[in-house]
Amino acid sequence: MSVDMSQFHQVFFEESLEGLDIMEQGLLALEPGSQDLETIGAIFRAAHSIKGGSGTFGFGEVAEFTHILETLLDEIRDGQRVLTGEAINLFLQSVDCLRSMFDSLQTETPLDMESANALHKQFEAMLHGTDAAADTSEAVDASGAPENDAPASTGWVVTFKPDLDLLRTGNEPVRMFRELEAFGEVTAHCDLEKLPTLGTLTPEECYLSWTLEIVTDEPVESIKEVFEWVEDESDLTYAPLGTKVEAESAVETADGNEAVPQVDADVPETAPEAAAVAPAATAAPDVAKRSEAAAAVVKANSGKKPDTSIRVSTDKIDALINMVGELVITQSMLGTLGENFTMANLHKLQQGLEQLEHNTRELQESVMRIRMLPISFTFNRFPRLVRDMSQAMGKSIELLIEGEGTELDKTVMEKIGDPLVHLVRNSLDHGIEMPEDRLAAGKPETGQIKLNAFHQGGSIVIEISDDGKGLDADAILAKARKNGLVAPDQELSTNQIHELIFEAGLSTAAAVTDVSGRGVGMDVVRKNINELGGGIEIESAKGVGTTMRVRLPLTLAILDGQLVRVGTHTYIFPIINIIESLQVKTEQINQIAGGSEVMRLRDEYIPVVRLYDVFQIDADSTRLEDGLVVVLEFDNEKVAVAVDDLLSQQQVVIKSLETNYEKVDGVSGATILGDGTVAMILDIQSLIRMAGVRQSHIQKTISL
Amino acid sequence: MATILAVDDSASMRQMVTFTLKGAGFEVIEAIDGVEALSKAQTAKVDLVLTDVNMPNMDGITLVKELRGLPSFKFTPMLMLTTESAGDKKAAGKAAGATGWIVKPFNPDQLLNTIKRVLG
Repeated sequence: MSVDMSQFHQVFFEESLEGLDIMEQGLLALEPGSQDLETIGAIFRAAHSIKGGSGTFGFGEVAEFTHILETLLDEIRDGQRVLTGEAINLFLQSVDCLRSMFDSLQTETPLDMESANALHKQFEAMLHGTDAAADTSEAVDASGAPENDAPASTGWVVTFKPDLDLLRTGNEPVRMFRELEAFGEVTAHCDLEKLPTLGTLTPEECYLSWTLEIVTDEPVESIKEVFEWVEDESDLTYAPLGTKVEAESAVETADGNEAVPQVDADVPETAPEAAAVAPAATAAPDVAKRSEAAAAVVKANSGKKPDTSIRVSTDKIDALINMVGELVITQSMLGTLGENFTMANLHKLQQGLEQLEHNTRELQESVMRIRMLPISFTFNRFPRLVRDMSQAMGKSIELLIEGEGTELDKTVMEKIGDPLVHLVRNSLDHGIEMPEDRLAAGKPETGQIKLNAFHQGGSIVIEISDDGKGLDADAILAKARKNGLVAPDQELSTNQIHELIFEAGLSTAAAVTDVSGRGVGMDVVRKNINELGGGIEIESAKGVGTTMRVRLPLTLAILDGQLVRVGTHTYIFPIINIIESLQVKTEQINQIAGGSEVMRLRDEYIPVVRLYDVFQIDADSTRLEDGLVVVLEFDNEKVAVAVDDLLSQQQVVIKSLETNYEKVDGVSGATILGDGTVAMILDIQSLIRMAGVRQSHIQKTISL
Repeated sequence: MATILAVDDSASMRQMVTFTLKGAGFEVIEAIDGVEALSKAQTAKVDLVLTDVNMPNMDGITLVKELRGLPSFKFTPMLMLTTESAGDKKAAGKAAGATGWIVKPFNPDQLLNTIKRVLG
């Protein structure tokens, strides 16, 4: 039977990446010289599984690389070797190397074996080079082994005297005889000599022994293979058929010297391979050219996205099945009610519908929960990051993680990873002081970074806090004034000054190190978080520390929306972006240069967008004071959108417009309302762009 | 058809083994480690046990030993899935009462051949 092994690859990749995470966490928890067998065992098991699986699923390079890693781990586990700091670092590098190998395998790009080979050499050096020697000697053995052309006999005579407890290992002589029969005619002589009397006989013991004659062309190795599992608990001899079994000299024992050259079962495969080496070597330039061409082809495909899948706990699926069960019951109840409906049953119908609503909501929640993963998937990469970076910077930092079981949507989690890394890097680089500075400031030498996650309302809050030097409000304000972000006479509260670090153009070369400030500023972090429908706030005290608070929606599939009406059309604003809704008076509206309109709201000027203009539809009225304006905010920019009326607020399921139609400016998606009509979900970011003028720009112009 | 208890902590290996065995008409009971296997073995009728060696909670060798102690598993064939480097594991497994082993990496055909050999 042929089985398509590629169907198991995705699961294998996932569990291997999980295994690598386990290895990394374990390695980070280990101190040099540690004898924590449980942790070392877990690391070993993970490596072992990766090796076994990669061999089975046809990833030889991974299997080979993991093998040497496993060998070293095994020696450490058995206490033959002490776990050195050097070994921990080497293992951690191997984890990185394996991760990138799996990345390549998943995207079907060529493996970069360079770092794997370099690490392999380091491992060999660590194993005292003995392994390299052993490898060559093995190779010599294999190539030196005779071809499998041992003189074929007309058959074999086997004497088989099993130990008494053979049956207790589930081995069954009859099974072996049956296998021998596959090779040719078998004659078995049973020796009953050891059979005790019935009274003393234990039926579970094997008292019998056999002399077997097999007429076959098969080599003795095939015969031995049949007895492979029992050779340690039996007396076995093999001799060519025709020679006398009693002739001791011709008899070979399972582990003694053998008259017939013994060939290891693997050798027939390796020998032709070795023979093929010579022609292959001469053809090498050709091969190189071809592989270059192949690489070029593969490169073209390298954009291939790996399939994504998700592992869901059985509990969640059971809950889902439960919900569906209840839904079916409700449905059948309503069905029965509908068959002979009379007005007397109206309250029952209402009850049923309520139940249906309840079921639907619970079902929706259960389905959403399937996509939810604990944030530990993201948090787990930080111990390594903090370790490596604090080592590199000579800082002493302790990382505390709390709330790692808090769940959020898989897509949100994938997208929040990089911004979080940036925030943690910032804390490491700019937050925590050098040990001597900390001591001078009367703080403990070891700095602390804390990651925390918890649910609040329909959001998840992720906090990154440090006990470092905090933000220097005066310095930020000075820089912001210098860069023209803040007018010279503009007064700002400390909080507003802190918010400035999210502005593009504040981060200057002075703040750029090789650690953070890799051309990605806090403005990008905030933009990424905003794009997920979330927000970030900052709390900092000079000399005491900084806390960054990231708030994210639990899922991207559902949105709390405000329905609005323009003429006969319904649109949806994400509630999270709405600041307020109001009626405007004509005197609040000003035309500015370039034909844009702004609205004065208290002491702010906000650009105005008329939705009927954007979508070229008919509104009830083109006079702003007849309708309402909704003030929205995204990425610290505000926009006022004119609509005819506000309708209800409701949760809407987001459908992609791009997948089903095409990207439309001003629209982020669509949804289907209760009455079956389609409504567009508005994209606040692009509405701000469409206003033609930025609020921040107006603000600056006016205050100047 | 015979029922096989397949024990492995690796989901991909379990999937591959189960797929292969079911494709050949066997009934398969899966377990993720020795502890789960032992608990499932109490209630099911099993004709053959196929177990990984290195597993958390309870390894394959302990599992074989525990199962051999159960009256219904006295003569049940038990095969270990092991890597070629683990010579001592084979010996330890035999001492615990394992019937034999299948060397990793193996392909589905090798797996089926060995199992058919044992079950006849």
